[in-house]
Amino acid sequence: MHIILNGEQTAISSQSLHAMITEKGFDPNTLIAEVNFQLIKKNDWEQTTLNEGDTVELLSFVGGG
Amino acid sequence: MSTKETEDTLYFGDVPFTSRLLTGTGKFASRDIIAPMLEASGSELITVALRRVDPDAKEKDILQYIPKSVRILPNTSGARTAEEAVRIARIAREAGCGDFIKIEVITDMKYLLPDNAGTLKATEILAKEGFIVLPYMMPDITVTKQLHDAGAAAIMPLGSPIGTNRGLEMKAMLKRIIEISKLPVVVDAGIGRPSQAAEAMEMGADAVLVNTAIATSHDPVMAGKAFALAVQAGRMARLAQMAEEKEYAEASSPLTGFLRQ
Repeated sequence: MHIILNGEQTAISSQSLHAMITEKGFDPNTLIAEVNFQLIKKNDWEQTTLNEGDTVELLSFVGGG
Repeated sequence: MSTKETEDTLYFGDVPFTSRLLTGTGKFASRDIIAPMLEASGSELITVALRRVDPDAKEKDILQYIPKSVRILPNTSGARTAEEAVRIARIAREAGCGDFIKIEVITDMKYLLPDNAGTLKATEILAKEGFIVLPYMMPDITVTKQLHDAGAAAIMPLGSPIGTNRGLEMKAMLKRIIEISKLPVVVDAGIGRPSQAAEAMEMGADAVLVNTAIATSHDPVMAGKAFALAVQAGRMARLAQMAEEKEYAEASSPLTGFLRQ
């Protein structure tokens, strides 16, 4: 299935948000995740099922002034 | 130390701060320097930004480099509208960064000057949601009053454009803002040297925010300490109420001749 991951059309084989994050090689500990502009708390990542065409944003805190 | 000095606490909302030097986490050559810089500078509030992750960058997130005793001030950098700033603020709070938020709404990518209208709108929304809002703003008297009425916890007028190290280009307007503001005034952006930080504090600023000048110095730990001392010196000079400038000389020694009465 395809999702929009950080603005890019991306093919994924995982069903859950958590599995997709691991599949794509991200470190889950440092991430903030939004699905369809809704913030998903880390505890809910495993139960969050992704659907075709979902918009997923993966964010993290970076240096800034 | 006089009583006045020891009791000189700065409040943002109901949160007290001893240090009047706010710092930022941008532009450090090594993130490992952030913690020792914070210790040397005594800064109790430090900014961070929020961005999409880069799949190729395997670095830990910036929060891992900040001691737990230091409060996080997420900024809304990257926001071009009030709505984007509000969204970033909500995400930062949900992510566990607390209630502090530095509003940045910027569309001018050459000078990175803030959009005061968008900043005011975002401040209004976020203050109602219980955020402690510190808006980065273009020095303006009317907007200073409007931000107060909108529920901001402080105002953060710029000294000069972000990252320019040009100091207090806005000096005349900053003075007027400091005079009329009922909120703490934090001079943010453009402060490139400790002497400029001291100058802002002598003028009556309640605090300064320094990122680039510390982060891009050759020794950020020593620079952090230097800025802390300058901020302290400037603050003490303000509290001491320094004498005014005069046009003509006024002798410090008796004006009688050396051997004559």
